Amino acid sequence: MASNILGILFDGLAYGSLLFLIGVGLSITMGLMNFINLAHGTFAMAGGYISASLSQKSGMPFLATLPVAFVGAGLFGLVAERLLFRRLYKAPHLDQVLFTFGFVLSSIAAAHYFFGAGQQMGVMPSFLQGQIRVYGIDLGRYRLLLIAFVGLITLALHLILSKTRFGAQVRAAVDNQDAAAGLGINVGLIFSLCFALGTGLAGLGGALGIEVLGLDPGFPLKYMVYFLLVVVVGGAGTIRGPLIAAMILGVFDVAGKYYVPQAGAFIIYVLMIVLLLAFPTGLGGKRA
Amino acid sequence: MSPRSSAIERLASPRPRPVEVLAWLLPALAFFLVPDNLALGVSIMTYAVAVLALDLVLGYAGIVSLGHAAFFGVGAYTAGLLAVQGWKEPLTGMLLAGAVSLALGFLASFLVVRGKDLTRLMVTLGIGLVVYELANRLSSVTGGMDGLSGFEIGPIFGVFSFDLYGRTAWWYVYGVLILVFVLLRLVVSSPFGLSLRAIREGVSRMPALGASVDHRLRTAFTLSAGVTGIAGGLLAQTTQFVGIDSLSVGRSADFLVMLVLGGTGRLYGALIGTTVFMIAHDYLADMNPVYWEFWMGLLLMAVVLFARGGVVGAGRRLLQTVKTKFARAAP
Repeated sequence: MASNILGILFDGLAYGSLLFLIGVGLSITMGLMNFINLAHGTFAMAGGYISASLSQKSGMPFLATLPVAFVGAGLFGLVAERLLFRRLYKAPHLDQVLFTFGFVLSSIAAAHYFFGAGQQMGVMPSFLQGQIRVYGIDLGRYRLLLIAFVGLITLALHLILSKTRFGAQVRAAVDNQDAAAGLGINVGLIFSLCFALGTGLAGLGGALGIEVLGLDPGFPLKYMVYFLLVVVVGGAGTIRGPLIAAMILGVFDVAGKYYVPQAGAFIIYVLMIVLLLAFPTGLGGKRA
Repeated sequence: MSPRSSAIERLASPRPRPVEVLAWLLPALAFFLVPDNLALGVSIMTYAVAVLALDLVLGYAGIVSLGHAAFFGVGAYTAGLLAVQGWKEPLTGMLLAGAVSLALGFLASFLVVRGKDLTRLMVTLGIGLVVYELANRLSSVTGGMDGLSGFEIGPIFGVFSFDLYGRTAWWYVYGVLILVFVLLRLVVSSPFGLSLRAIREGVSRMPALGASVDHRLRTAFTLSAGVTGIAGGLLAQTTQFVGIDSLSVGRSADFLVMLVLGGTGRLYGALIGTTVFMIAHDYLADMNPVYWEFWMGLLLMAVVLFARGGVVGAGRRLLQTVKTKFARAAP
């Protein structure tokens, strides 16, 4: 029984790590420009498809496709931001919601056209399959890799934000955009770079998550709520808030599906409403 | 009359202009001109009721709701279940559908008015998702994925029974649409409606004037939910079927798209947007639904970037340009 609970906790943390990896970029960009972006899942999907088609068509090893997915999704995000999204920073929230929702719809149809409606299969290397037994608990190797990977990325992000000049500029822009611009920080450039980094991480998450989240054209819509939830519950503009929120969501979702399968996604939606009402500005957020 | 008082008069007058009365005769004209496609007319007018209701919260109160299908679907299931249980009278069935949605909207409104834009969006989305999951799980009552069917609706006023061609349904929905429009027109031009607009334009100033913002937003949301429920009831009664997709987030998004396409905060925008959307959807129905989605998405982005205010807004701008051109040309 105890090992059972620990196993679910482990799976939930792995799932939460993925949610965090995809959602953290959204948190930074939302905190920075107060821009409501429903289309973040599209970039995660792009990363997933890059990885899947590389490993299926040209036989590239799975781990080698990950950097390509990161760079590809990041470039896609950079182009989309420069051409489209930046026009809407000053627009009302309704316009942002509608525009990014339209972007999601079109991207779903485009993915359908290019890759078909079916689920994509990731080609896992053999050393990532199977489980390791630690103190009597079976831990999936792939999930172990997920958690380790996301741990490293979180550490790297934290160091970038707290120790580098770029990080200081980002923090300044999140706290007060006008004052930051007045001190000579190029806020527009900072935002483009953050957007590229965030969408790149989302692409990496989409590629890493093929086994757990699945990958089909409906992906951006199916997980839209989860990614937004990580940001809204965690609070936009931070790293710690979304990390906690992603872990809570991951564990509750996995536990709910295991213990009360007949309730389906019900638990996560109720949890979402309760968390939103209890913390209207997010768990660690500066801005709502 | 000073320009200021005439502006207030214009904002606050529910009195119809002659043009409007004529415009409302257009659907009746369509009834006689295109008698072989009444079903489309019925569904356009049914959805128009729901989109009008959405305009009240979005266009006037400024709340972005991604969960209005919850109220639509609950109304539809209420009317459907009443008929299944043997309550075949349509008018009371429709009103009860509206009442149940109104009650649900009242409860939901307390959750919705907390928090700001994004939180509100997420809460309405969450309410929609929860209601959908509930209906899906309670399949013994709702029919689950198969939907609710096999019920009959009695004649209206005990006289006009629903016919195969949808003639009765057409006049029934037309009548309800007019009544709902008049009701909403009275609401938005009342002091209450004006205060909603004031909240939308400057939420921080309203408490300074001694107006309770939350209370007004809750009232608007509740009323909107009730009217949306009436639309759902109409759908159930005229099609004699309730599918679970009437509760889906996709349906909420459709309402939003229809409204934005026509233009928000004008009531007529809701009517025009719904008509354009439904006719386009009907023409493109043969197309693969995936490609419909693609064009829908593109259209949404284009409307946001280039045509703020939708069809009505674009028309008004065009009229303005023509007017100034003529004014310049004239000596």
